[in-house]
Amino acid sequence: MTENMEPSYAGEGIYRENILDHYKHPHNKGIIENADIKFTENNPFCGDVITVTIKLKNHKTDGMKLIDDIKFTGSGCAISQAAASMLTEKIKGKSLKQIKNIQRDNIVNMLGIKIGVVRTKCAMLCLTAIKEGIKKI
Amino acid sequence: MPETRLLDAEKIRKDFPILKRKVNGKPLVYLDNAATTQKPKVVIDALKHYYENYNANIHRSIHQLGEEATAAYELAHKKVSDFINAAFEEVIFTKSTTESLNLVAYSLTSSLKENDEIAISQMEHHSNFVPWQQLALKRKLKLKFIEIDSKGILKEDSIKQNITKKTKIVSVTHVSNVLGTINDIKKIGEIAHENNAMLIVDSAQGIPHIPVNVKNIDCDFLAFSGHKMLGPTGIGALYGKKEMLEKMEPFLYGGEMIREVTFKHTRFNELPWKFEAGTPNIAQAIGLGTAVDYLKKIGMKNVMQHDKKLTEYAFKRLSEIKEVEIYGPESNKRSSLIAFNVEGVHAHDVSAILDSNGIAIRAGHHCAMPLASKLGIAASARASFYVYNTKEEIDKLAEGIFKVVKIFNAK
Repeated sequence: MTENMEPSYAGEGIYRENILDHYKHPHNKGIIENADIKFTENNPFCGDVITVTIKLKNHKTDGMKLIDDIKFTGSGCAISQAAASMLTEKIKGKSLKQIKNIQRDNIVNMLGIKIGVVRTKCAMLCLTAIKEGIKKI
Repeated sequence: MPETRLLDAEKIRKDFPILKRKVNGKPLVYLDNAATTQKPKVVIDALKHYYENYNANIHRSIHQLGEEATAAYELAHKKVSDFINAAFEEVIFTKSTTESLNLVAYSLTSSLKENDEIAISQMEHHSNFVPWQQLALKRKLKLKFIEIDSKGILKEDSIKQNITKKTKIVSVTHVSNVLGTINDIKKIGEIAHENNAMLIVDSAQGIPHIPVNVKNIDCDFLAFSGHKMLGPTGIGALYGKKEMLEKMEPFLYGGEMIREVTFKHTRFNELPWKFEAGTPNIAQAIGLGTAVDYLKKIGMKNVMQHDKKLTEYAFKRLSEIKEVEIYGPESNKRSSLIAFNVEGVHAHDVSAILDSNGIAIRAGHHCAMPLASKLGIAASARASFYVYNTKEEIDKLAEGIFKVVKIFNAK
């Protein structure tokens, strides 16, 4: 890498207060008993693991499947845990179709920080688990 | 006991072009040597010189370039075999420690039968774990694990319990890439041989830091990588006792490893070429030979003392930070690495914050997932040292860890 190339991420800057807050006090941490979807995903390079459990409901009028409730457990770095905490909060009430459309950029925007290729895997872990879990139904 | 002394790292650092660069605006503090070491200019130049002056295939091209390339490749072989006190025909070049260990595992397959036992340890890197696990599954062999104690040292009674008359192969690491433990491989070898089992040593983390004499260890095989000892990636080696290599089947078939091929039959080449099928990594092999020259010039005893002294200092500095938990034995029983965790902070985050201060360490399970689960941790941070590292860099590491604590403990 040459001097004028952009750094892959903004160093300590990624540990903003909201990220650390979600890491220390994660939302939706836990397991839903009798969940409709349960899926575990891991990142073999760092040992991070996440299990998501999802309860579904039908849309009142068109019968589309919606996320009624979602929880996650597991261990990981501040980025993966904060992303899981924020994402689970954000997708409650959303349809499965809407979730399929969530991409990397949406996760990066949600976190509000700049991350490189390696940390992207951490940030995406929860979304990957949710998407893989949805495929199973 | 001789006094342990630090090398003149400032002088050594001038030989490594990469150490001049900055990372995130700070001078690079490279403490990820157990993953791969940096390369001195002489090694980089050796590759360049080969490609610019005598690039040719070896052992076949009857022209000047071919002659020169063959001579340089064979000289690299000689340098590496001399380095570990092996005979020329006892060292096979591979691409890595992993390939070396796979070569042994595959080539020994036909000599094993159902219920034969293989003993490895709980602290093995995946490269000395998965090949044996898979071989055991395919051939219905029994895989035994020598246990570690709470300090990360192989338990003596477990060594004796797991190496018995049923054992055919004992394969252990010389130095743990997570715990830093230096195993008494000579003693394990004695126990293996008493039981008519062979000893295979994974010395990927040993050879770069400790003088290795295969005759003295009396191991049957020893595997290592070039890139962890100042050499290029893509080149590694397997030492094997001549009588073992002679009766072993080739791992790969093809060009280079043959003496004569007819439509019905193939006679294999002599050692070590019997195990080097295909065009090898010629430039990388020459580069490894140069790296060996460089290490010999410093002297492996001096390298060992330097690494030991730095590790002791790092152990002391890290032990002073109350949020830090170190894995593995006391500093006098370990080689040049320290794996640790900072309370309440994932290793990735430790590494990322250190990186923003120009400090490169490793974070993860270090390719030893069974060991990580035994230690009850998902991941750890690891700082590892080599000839160009200084005490000042370790002070920077300690300061960086204090910063990690501060960032994560802030309201």
